[in-house]
Amino acid sequence: MQITLNGHPHDCGDNLTLTQLLHEAGYAGRRVAVEVNQEIVPRSQHGAYALRQGDQVEIVHAIGGG
Amino acid sequence: MNIKTQDTADTLVIAGKSYRSRLLTGTGKYKDLDETRSATLAAGAEIVTAAIRRVNLGQDPNAPNLLDALPPGEFTLLPNTAGCYNAVDAVRTCRLARELLDGHQLVKLEVLGDERTLFPDVVETLKAAEQLVADGFEVMVYTSDDPILAKKLEQIGCVAVMPLAAPIGSGLGIQNKYNLLEIIENAKVPIIVDAGVGTASDAAIAMELGCDGVLMNTAIAGAKDPVLMAHAMKLAIEAGRAAFRAGRIPRKRFASASSPIDGTIG
Repeated sequence: MQITLNGHPHDCGDNLTLTQLLHEAGYAGRRVAVEVNQEIVPRSQHGAYALRQGDQVEIVHAIGGG
Repeated sequence: MNIKTQDTADTLVIAGKSYRSRLLTGTGKYKDLDETRSATLAAGAEIVTAAIRRVNLGQDPNAPNLLDALPPGEFTLLPNTAGCYNAVDAVRTCRLARELLDGHQLVKLEVLGDERTLFPDVVETLKAAEQLVADGFEVMVYTSDDPILAKKLEQIGCVAVMPLAAPIGSGLGIQNKYNLLEIIENAKVPIIVDAGVGTASDAAIAMELGCDGVLMNTAIAGAKDPVLMAHAMKLAIEAGRAAFRAGRIPRKRFASASSPIDGTIG
């Protein structure tokens, strides 16, 4: 299935969980925040959260800024 | 000296938490994370801002990041909403920041009006502030130097009001002392000058006016020697604060001799 990840089309397996997506992207255990379809998904729910076709996923972190 | 120069009770209190430093620093525009950390330490800053951005997929996810250089256990992180031009995006960014920082409530709200001036869009800022306060955030809000608006933001429940001294990154210094004074004198929450400082004397002037603190980024990060400028800013903030507390002499048009007039020879 296809999702949108940080603004770009992204192919992934059906029913992929957020934990699996983060693992594939290399961000497992890293300090990031995740939003799906403009709603925060708390870290504690990543394992149970199965993505669906067309989901808009944002993975963000903190960088330098004023 | 053990006189009031070492007054440990003169702290900056934001949302119930006390800080010794009145210099808040940004973390953008540095050469690298080592320089970011060195300048932050030289500034003596306890509150440091951070931006929330998409991770760069495809780049090394294990590369050091800002929170490795400035760990939340050592500094109070102040995630900002820089780059947001409407209330919806600003609120969304704050929620992401709260999730990122494990329930952290303190945020710097800035909703910008346009790219040329980076002046705040005060209508959207008010909307976002209302939503964020209702949502339990502790909002430090970047705003214009308008005393009426500053009061409204305080009344909404913002924990600090942060008027600009001049446009972000301009280095023009304090442009409207009298507006700032009006804001300071009417405020019940800390007033922190955010944006516009160019050099140490600008920071000292802000503090002499009675501001509770100054937040700056470009003035330090953009200096030829950022670490040395961070040190200069620390001294300026401390000097300005001490001068404010000491109470300056009134300005007079004519001279007033420093030495006694009685007992002169001749």
